[in-house]
Amino acid sequence: MAHATQDTAIRTGRAVRMLIYLVLILFALFYMLPLYVMLVNSVKPLEEITGGGMMNLPQLWTLEPWAKAWSSAQIGVEPTGLSPYFWNSIKMVVPAVAISTILGALNGYVLTKWRFRGDTILFGLMLFACFIPFQIVLIPMARMLGLMGLAGTTWGLVLVHVVYGIGFTTLYFRNYYAVFPTELVRAAQIDGAGFFQIFWRILLPSSGPIAVVSIIWQFTNIWNDFLFGASFAGADSQPMTVALNNLVQASHGVKEYNVHFAGAILAALPTLLVYIVAGRYFVRGLMAGSVKG
Amino acid sequence: MGFLDIDNTTKSYGAVEVLHNVDISIEEGEFLVLVGPSGCGKSTLLNMIAGLEEISSGEIRIKDRVMNGVHPSKRNIAMVFQSYALYPNMTVGQNITFGLEMHGTPKPEREKAMKEVASLLQIEQLLDRKPGALSGGQRQRVAMGRALVRDPDVFLFDEPLSNLDAKLRVDMRTEIKKLHQKLGTTIVYVTHDQIEAMTLSTRIAVMNGGYVQQLGTPQDIYDTPANIFVATFMGSPAMNVVPARVAVENGKPMARVALHDGTETALPFSQGNMEGWDGKDILLGIRPETITDEDAADRKSSNIAHMTNRIVVTEPAGSDTFVTMTMGGKDVIARMRSDAEVHPGADFTFAVNMEKAVAFDPATEARIAP
Ligand SMILES: Nc1ncnc2c1ncn2[C@@H]1O[C@H](COP(=O)(O)OP(=O)(O)O)[C@@H](O)[C@H]1O
Ligand SMILES: [Mg+2]
Repeated sequence: MAHATQDTAIRTGRAVRMLIYLVLILFALFYMLPLYVMLVNSVKPLEEITGGGMMNLPQLWTLEPWAKAWSSAQIGVEPTGLSPYFWNSIKMVVPAVAISTILGALNGYVLTKWRFRGDTILFGLMLFACFIPFQIVLIPMARMLGLMGLAGTTWGLVLVHVVYGIGFTTLYFRNYYAVFPTELVRAAQIDGAGFFQIFWRILLPSSGPIAVVSIIWQFTNIWNDFLFGASFAGADSQPMTVALNNLVQASHGVKEYNVHFAGAILAALPTLLVYIVAGRYFVRGLMAGSVKG
Repeated sequence: MGFLDIDNTTKSYGAVEVLHNVDISIEEGEFLVLVGPSGCGKSTLLNMIAGLEEISSGEIRIKDRVMNGVHPSKRNIAMVFQSYALYPNMTVGQNITFGLEMHGTPKPEREKAMKEVASLLQIEQLLDRKPGALSGGQRQRVAMGRALVRDPDVFLFDEPLSNLDAKLRVDMRTEIKKLHQKLGTTIVYVTHDQIEAMTLSTRIAVMNGGYVQQLGTPQDIYDTPANIFVATFMGSPAMNVVPARVAVENGKPMARVALHDGTETALPFSQGNMEGWDGKDILLGIRPETITDEDAADRKSSNIAHMTNRIVVTEPAGSDTFVTMTMGGKDVIARMRSDAEVHPGADFTFAVNMEKAVAFDPATEARIAP
């Protein structure tokens, strides 16, 4: 691998390369700047921020803003901190990601290995769902959730995100399974494996890379969603994003920037974590369909 | 009723019929090869036997049991695929026993069956490996092991050797033949390679364009091809087919063929009924190995004809030398001994074994004689 990279890299002079690295490092620093600002200001007392010097390192290091953001800051009318909303988000994201990924995998399996009349049209329609703007479905969706008795509940949000996610997850898995050899499915059929056994024993074990793609994609989208959360959640099912907004937008009292920064990082942490843990596989999975091993 | 009956079976995709009224019946222990050019419907027919494709009309029976609509796993068949289709996430051992597991065989029996098959195919040391870590030949063996372990009524092979390199292909061919002789299993084997078909089969079905052109033993197919397609598809180099005219001289039917300079030579027919063809045009089929020099002519043949013709090209191939000449305006290839004294541009007297010659009707391309 290292050899290949060296051989195929464009040969450049030393000075040019230094310059390129310098520029890249500068870009990287610039790009990291907001994170730096958030981090340093989240561990400062409020006076140090309001006294100017947003870029300075804290004189007095404190985790107080983090603790406050997590457990005692005023969110709306209750001084609960973000923690209950964090768990709301988890309770929404985990089932939504799991269900949409599993359904996407099943759809991809059926659309490629159990072809039927009109399957391409059906797939086209599912893809179409990826391009429907969120705003258009708000009112019909609210009505549907009301009819189903899911209005204002976590499960209502799960349903919304699953419905919206299926188009993407189906696309991922369909394209992945399209290059999965059909002869394997036929061999398994002759061996006596049924519909779900083939899926479970033959396809899924080989689906790691694309499952990671689907999970990361769904996790980030659902975790970061604000519109559906703000529109459909009840008081006790509001996700982290909505709570963060309420924290920052609170109209009374002083603006506690250090707490806001800590809260924002808390809200971003899970997606960050998912990328760090699975990011490598993300790229590999995206490549898997196009490049045959 | 045979062991496997394919009875007036048709396959259509929508309005397109890709297999037309196929009729094949084989006995237990036979090795049937379906051979034909790519796209002729071999795999489709095999998949219909396997139950992977529906039968549009007609019937397929195994041991007198009608298979139409029966699930592949309930037909007691096993199949070896062109790509081997080994489950990539399972070890070799798991690959071999997966079918038994799905059929509810208890674990101790599965292990026992796996060990037997592994020792038969000499893959014991591979049992814990994943397919990705095997060579082509090893994968081929594992794929066969997976089929063998089921002890099925019928084995189905779809071009199992076409992904191997030439040397390994020949070795595995022998191996498969040995296995068949040892186990006496009933096999249906698909290939586009006529040499594989000739060497392996007890019977061959030559297919083209969705029709079975001829069903017979390798010898039948080679010596008395039903039509020009079969004649030229089977055998390498292909049978020479040259325009000729039938002329009865002294009560004996002769084939009059133009040589390189337009003069005609008369080659006497040996057998078969050429009655009614006097004066008519036919196509004469002569296999390359039946045109030789005098010394190499088949001594058992009762009908060696001689003709002197100009040699155009010689191609020494080690064991044989291929000689090209012109007959009836076509290139004709003769397969000579490597030490035959042949030179391009020279005239040479060839011995033609007319006992083996075949006559075809130019209109229908069907065989007239023998
Ligand atoms: N699913 C399908 N739909 C339409 N036509 C098909 C399908 N599968 C095969 N065919 C056609 O049937 C013919 C026979 O195919 P196949 O049995 O695969 O040929 P072979 O194995 O002899 O190369 C081909 O002309 C092919 O185009
Ligand atoms: Mg084929």
